[in-house]
Amino acid sequence: MKIKLTFWRVVFVVIMVLGLYSSYIRYFHGLGAVSNMTDQFPWGLWIGFDCLCGVMLAAGGFCMVGAVYLFNVESLHSVVRPAVLTAFLGYVLFIVGLLFDLGRPWYIWHQLIYMNPHSVMFEVGMCVMTYTTVLFFEFLPNVFEALKWQTPIKWIKKIYPVLIVLGILLSTLHQSSLGSLYLIMPSKLHPFWYSPALPFFFFASAVAVGLAMTIFESTQSAKAFGRQLELPVLVTLGGALLVALWVNLLLRVEDYFHRGLLGQIFKPSYEAYFLWLELILTFAIPITILSFKKARLSPQWLYLASIFTVLGFITNRLNIALIGFETYVGHHYVPKWTEFSITLMIIAMGFALFGAAVKYLPIFGEEHEPAVHPSLPQNEVEAQRAFASPVLHNAGD
Amino acid sequence: MSKAILYDATMCIGCKQCEGACAQQNKLPYDDNVAAESVQSAHKYTVVLTKDDKFMRRLCMHCEKPACASVCPVGAFHKTSAGPVVYDVWKCIGCRYCMVACVFGQPKYEWQSLNPRVRKCIMCPDRVAEGRPTACAEICPTGATKYGERDDLISEAKERLRQNPSTYRPYIYGLNEVGGTSVFIIASNKAEDYGYPALAKIGDTPMPEYTGRVMERIPDFVPLWTLALGGIYWVSHRRDEVAAAEAEEKKQKLNGSGK
Repeated sequence: MKIKLTFWRVVFVVIMVLGLYSSYIRYFHGLGAVSNMTDQFPWGLWIGFDCLCGVMLAAGGFCMVGAVYLFNVESLHSVVRPAVLTAFLGYVLFIVGLLFDLGRPWYIWHQLIYMNPHSVMFEVGMCVMTYTTVLFFEFLPNVFEALKWQTPIKWIKKIYPVLIVLGILLSTLHQSSLGSLYLIMPSKLHPFWYSPALPFFFFASAVAVGLAMTIFESTQSAKAFGRQLELPVLVTLGGALLVALWVNLLLRVEDYFHRGLLGQIFKPSYEAYFLWLELILTFAIPITILSFKKARLSPQWLYLASIFTVLGFITNRLNIALIGFETYVGHHYVPKWTEFSITLMIIAMGFALFGAAVKYLPIFGEEHEPAVHPSLPQNEVEAQRAFASPVLHNAGD
Repeated sequence: MSKAILYDATMCIGCKQCEGACAQQNKLPYDDNVAAESVQSAHKYTVVLTKDDKFMRRLCMHCEKPACASVCPVGAFHKTSAGPVVYDVWKCIGCRYCMVACVFGQPKYEWQSLNPRVRKCIMCPDRVAEGRPTACAEICPTGATKYGERDDLISEAKERLRQNPSTYRPYIYGLNEVGGTSVFIIASNKAEDYGYPALAKIGDTPMPEYTGRVMERIPDFVPLWTLALGGIYWVSHRRDEVAAAEAEEKKQKLNGSGK
């Protein structure tokens, strides 16, 4: 077998080689050697991006499962599988990221025996662990279908309502709790980003990013795998995204209003520049785009709006995790190249695994009847048959 | 009764013997180079700072309601009934949430280690258990660092402030900060000038309450939200069942009329 040398494959190999070198530094020379984290800045890029952003970027899974299976929005059915796949990979990679960031990753299982129920981190850890298992079961039918195993698909179908409710419950809990992590730092985190409402912001932004990521992913996969783009799906998601962005914006404005910061955020300062960047990317650009009906019906504009939304909320979480602490600490934190390199390696692994899954598993297969769909399709099929058969009878007469 | 430390900066002569005794107690290296270091670190739990010929010690405050203990996912920190906030290294997974959460910036990390530990003053728990003073208090030649019963030390601090109002700034640092600590500082100048966070900034609310307010809602939230989600699921799928049943009815009707 000959592997074709393409630009992205070369990039992938370079990223992986550098990443492996950085991993060597991490595990054989320690956190001090691989990162610019210090006693003053104990959480760096890995917590800021790999963890906070990673979990947010994987939110498409619970958003789409919620829309399709919980609220029964049938029209979005085709995006559930890729969204669940992204979420599953996202959480697995989040755990991989943790293995780099934790000082003693070989004791990660201590979480299960030395539990501290007062700790937000404990709650996040347990939710992520359980939710990754739920996602695994939600993802499993893809594998069974590819292997043509019917019996286990039936089993999963039986527990599917439980998986759906459990998955959304766990997502609500840990998506918001990632924000609660910062509630204990009122004197350290800059007031632009510290708010008692952080858990609400984190949940609301996860929903917006979940929608945006699904638009992004569908468009991107359509390009990469030469699939037909389903415009009605994108249009539905775009409309929902616009609503989600407005909700996010209103929450933020109301929070600044209540804490009397509305005047301060417009005064130029180091933090204000980053806040402006965040607000422009998150709200100003995508809301403007999506406000035009023409843009809401155009795949290109929807794609663009989703990219800005995702970039905006990434900026938001990096501001919370990194920029918001610089004034307190008194100096800047700039990640070392090896930190970037490991983050890039994890992202590259995500893309590669996604590509492989799409290649070998029926993720986008339209020809496959959705295997793990609760009672509805059969009913519908039967209903249609019910309509069809008498007509045939009559025709016979 | 819980134990505490009272540090009286006006009595401190900056000899740094407390630093040396602390290092010895915790089996840490100590020489002139370490003595010259003016920051706390994984190998220096306490430091004597100098500013305008006045001294100030920094060490873990051993909060009454410690943030580090509340945030640790594996409960590696806990406040003993005797006063010290201690660390069980064998539990630690290295998430460093304690470092981010502590308002006094006390937990430090062994960044160069391949099996790193969090390091901070643990108030010599072995000595405290034996009824002996902490290493720093025992060695202090002037009594600037004093070890004793928490309540007694608070009364003594108040007494000193009352008797020598011209010497002291009338403030006991540690009495109200984040709900009270087990280390108290009295001085002629502000502890804030040496990096201690001001009460105005950190407040007198115990830090665990900030996250506790959210965490205590979870036991109520989980069953309610599960019920709500299950309800939504049932309602939205019930619609399909009804639709299917209606279709079935229609079919029978059509069959009936066909005959």
